[in-house]
Amino acid sequence: MRAYAGLLPAIPFLAAAVGLLFGPRFPRLVAPLAVYATGAALVLSLPIWWLARDGVVVETTRELTPTGAFPITVGTRVDGLAAVVAVMVCAVALAVQVYSTQYLHGDRRYSSYAALVSLFTAAMLTVVLSGDLIVLLIGWEVMGICSYFLIGHYWEQDWVQGAAVKAFVMTKLGDVPFLFGIFVLAADAGSFRIGDVLETAQTGQLEHATLATLLLLGGVVGKSAQFPLHSWLPDAMAGPTPISALIHAATMVAAGMYLVARLYPAFAVATATLAVLGVIAAITMVGSAVAAFAQDDIKRVLAYSTVSQLAYMGGALAVGAVGASMFHLLTHGAFKALLFLCAGAVIHVVGTNSLRALGGLRAAMPITFVTMTLGLAALVGIPPLAGFFSKEAILTAAEHVMAGEPAVEGAPLPAAWVGGLVLVAGLVTVVLTTAYCTRLWLMTFLGSRRAGVVAAVAEESGVAQPSADESAITGSQPAHTGSPAVGAAHDPPPAMSWTLVALAVPTVLLGFFGLSAILLPKWLPGGEAGAGHPALVPGLVTSLISVGAIAAIGWYVYRRWAADPVADLADAFLGRYRAVVEDGFGIDRLYNRLFVRPTYALAHAIQRTDDDVVDASVRGSGTGARALGAVLRRVQTGNVQTYLTGILVGALVVGLSVAAAAR
Amino acid sequence: MRLVYPLLVSALLFSIGVYGVLARRNAILVLMSVELMLNAVNLNLVAFDVWLGDGLRAGQVFALYIITIAAAEIGLGLAIILLVFRNRQTSDVDALRELGEYEHDRLVEEAAEAEQAIPRQAVREQAAAQ
Amino acid sequence: MTGVEVLFLLLGAVAVGAALLVVSSRNLVHAALWLVVTLGALAGCYLLLTAELVAWVQVLIYVGAVVVLLLFGLMLTRAPIGYSAEFTSGNRWMAAGVAGATAGVLVTVVGQAFGDAYVDVHAGVAGSSGAIGSAIFRYWVLPFEALSVLLLAALVGAIVLSRGGAASPGTDGTGIDGTGIDGSVTGSLAADQAGRVGDGAREGER
Repeated sequence: MRAYAGLLPAIPFLAAAVGLLFGPRFPRLVAPLAVYATGAALVLSLPIWWLARDGVVVETTRELTPTGAFPITVGTRVDGLAAVVAVMVCAVALAVQVYSTQYLHGDRRYSSYAALVSLFTAAMLTVVLSGDLIVLLIGWEVMGICSYFLIGHYWEQDWVQGAAVKAFVMTKLGDVPFLFGIFVLAADAGSFRIGDVLETAQTGQLEHATLATLLLLGGVVGKSAQFPLHSWLPDAMAGPTPISALIHAATMVAAGMYLVARLYPAFAVATATLAVLGVIAAITMVGSAVAAFAQDDIKRVLAYSTVSQLAYMGGALAVGAVGASMFHLLTHGAFKALLFLCAGAVIHVVGTNSLRALGGLRAAMPITFVTMTLGLAALVGIPPLAGFFSKEAILTAAEHVMAGEPAVEGAPLPAAWVGGLVLVAGLVTVVLTTAYCTRLWLMTFLGSRRAGVVAAVAEESGVAQPSADESAITGSQPAHTGSPAVGAAHDPPPAMSWTLVALAVPTVLLGFFGLSAILLPKWLPGGEAGAGHPALVPGLVTSLISVGAIAAIGWYVYRRWAADPVADLADAFLGRYRAVVEDGFGIDRLYNRLFVRPTYALAHAIQRTDDDVVDASVRGSGTGARALGAVLRRVQTGNVQTYLTGILVGALVVGLSVAAAAR
Repeated sequence: MRLVYPLLVSALLFSIGVYGVLARRNAILVLMSVELMLNAVNLNLVAFDVWLGDGLRAGQVFALYIITIAAAEIGLGLAIILLVFRNRQTSDVDALRELGEYEHDRLVEEAAEAEQAIPRQAVREQAAAQ
Repeated sequence: MTGVEVLFLLLGAVAVGAALLVVSSRNLVHAALWLVVTLGALAGCYLLLTAELVAWVQVLIYVGAVVVLLLFGLMLTRAPIGYSAEFTSGNRWMAAGVAGATAGVLVTVVGQAFGDAYVDVHAGVAGSSGAIGSAIFRYWVLPFEALSVLLLAALVGAIVLSRGGAASPGTDGTGIDGTGIDGSVTGSLAADQAGRVGDGAREGER
């Protein structure tokens, strides 16, 4: 059965091809095609997942054509991690497809959207299941291009185009070292197959492990939006909200961390890379959590939150806790997708993204309220929701490493300071996460509606993006022009609200599956092979500290809010630094000065060179010919005596030459 | 007599004729210089004919024919010069520049100025006709 | 140095000197008269070379007819009588250079080729009328006849050309006697080049 895992990406790919080719002609078939294809992929992934619990790695390879020195093979490598992540991808994709049927109902580009989402699903499954690094790279890049297309769904607006291009360029910037990392790995292992690479790493024959993994880290940083290539993710919120849920929360951005886990034996040998990853994770964790607190757009809060949670996964990988990291990936996939879809419901119904225009939606949107509360609680890490378990597993591992023991038995042991750094950053981020989640929750659902400021918000919101992103485009359709007037809020239509409920289930329950070693940990990678899969149990000390911090900060923020329900808490806490923090600490402006402007200057210089040097030479040849002709034309004076002079001089010269030659 | 003397005289006359053709401004003087050149050639021919003792007298006969042709040519040349003088009121060779490269613009300018001259002419003609 | 040579050199010097004056004299009529001197001196040279017929034909035709024709031409074209300062042409130095080079080349070639040759002028009259006449009508009849046709053509052509403005194309309105009008350029060639505007204006006022 697992040998047929290659079908898993093939089904959505076919659906995408059919959808792109025939979608516009048969618009009524688009939604069923997308939903059923993804559903079929999910159904197929379940038995594969079930079979993978035995820990045996099943590989299929086939070489299609000879490709020179290192053969590129097509095939799958199904181990436990791949199987369980494949299930998550299919499940979230299905939820998003179902949700989109309602969210984008009446959108004139729905058919291409659905097809691109299917294509994306196929690409992500390729990355998850591929047994060959080059095929994985293909899936990686196809994901990037689908992300570009989908972010740019509402491309009529300039800032949307800019966001799409920015996302694409920044991730591709990370993909260049990624490509070279693959080359180095393949050169050391003698083949592109992941199996061969892992075997080479495990037998200690990977000579350039540090170099290769550092290069790979470039791609991870780009794809998973870690510092310094993180600023594309908040801007990517220009795309439709289901896309933000699927691509920029649950799956694509997680692919970077997934890759590290997949190739972990290579990373385990390169302790320097793990240390670098730890530092990056720590910086990203804290910085993006602070930035999330200052955002006005509900989706940007969640975007920065995603960056922060991905850093958690990175930190876990840095301390050697691969299982905990992947556990967090799974739970994060569930609750972050849930959060985004809830935000989408709010936006869809109310018509604005801006927190300043929300408030008091608890009574009007009960289902959304409950599910979003569950999601936010999971994100913060409140027991007994899933986020608590996964986050605590990470913090516990970091604590172990700080104390000098490996995170789990058989895991690599990084330096103790890495563990300390990850632990401290993680705890600080718990505090910050509580703060911004509480702010988000309070400003959206509690209190009363800040409806009166909608008009002012629409005018003056130029910081990130206009307040109602989608309604400006699909203005003629009723779906998104839900009037922002008071009293118009209601729960979203069933296709959307039932999806929210469906995603709330793993949000609540998934954490418990990590508690016993015979449950979820069977699929997750543990320490050395044969060391058994450790249970993902929260450690006592870190759990107490975390819960205590959550309670304290949550209470404090609530108190500040209750003092002035209408005001924005970010202003209260950050004061005059709010604008800088909301802008992402000015990173984008720095990049603009460092990279964008010199590139523009170079482009202008090249254009000017092309105009003034190259073109001028071409034009100059014509001008020169004309000038030469003008000079020669001066000989035509019209004076007969001048002509005669010329003739006689010529005759004399000829005569003299003949005489001289005859001599 | 040394043959060199007539040949020298002929060469010098020819060169002087070349100078005259190239440097003189009056068209008739140019014709005169052409005559000089032709005469130099004649002298050359006669000298060689006498030196060679030609039975057919080719050199002298040719010299006679050259004289004939030169006369015809002078007649026609003068007729042309007269026509040019009639049209231009000048026999200055430097003034005959129509084939010059930049002459067209100059002539258009002059014709535009001539536009103003014509009404005066018309008035004068009408006054003369009455 | 025989007497013939001395005389020949003298006549040659006169011819060359007069020729120099022809091309440099500022008085046009004087230039024509110096041409007479040159042509006459050349006739003398011919005589010394015993080419009698050529010499007398030279005097008859050249000195007699051609120079007179030139003088008539000078008169009809209103050449300035007396001295005029017009003869400075920009071409002077170039022309002098070319002439000098020509002289140099020719003299060198001639001197090197025929430096040792001698003409025997005492062997009899080489160019008597009888000898030349029989040569012409025995060996050179065809060119003679062709020349007569050429002379006829030249005659007819000269008459046609100089008949006056009535026969020339275009409306130049200069009148048959060639009286000029005030400085305006109305020749046919100028009319074509000046464009239709001039024509239109003139048509308009007619």
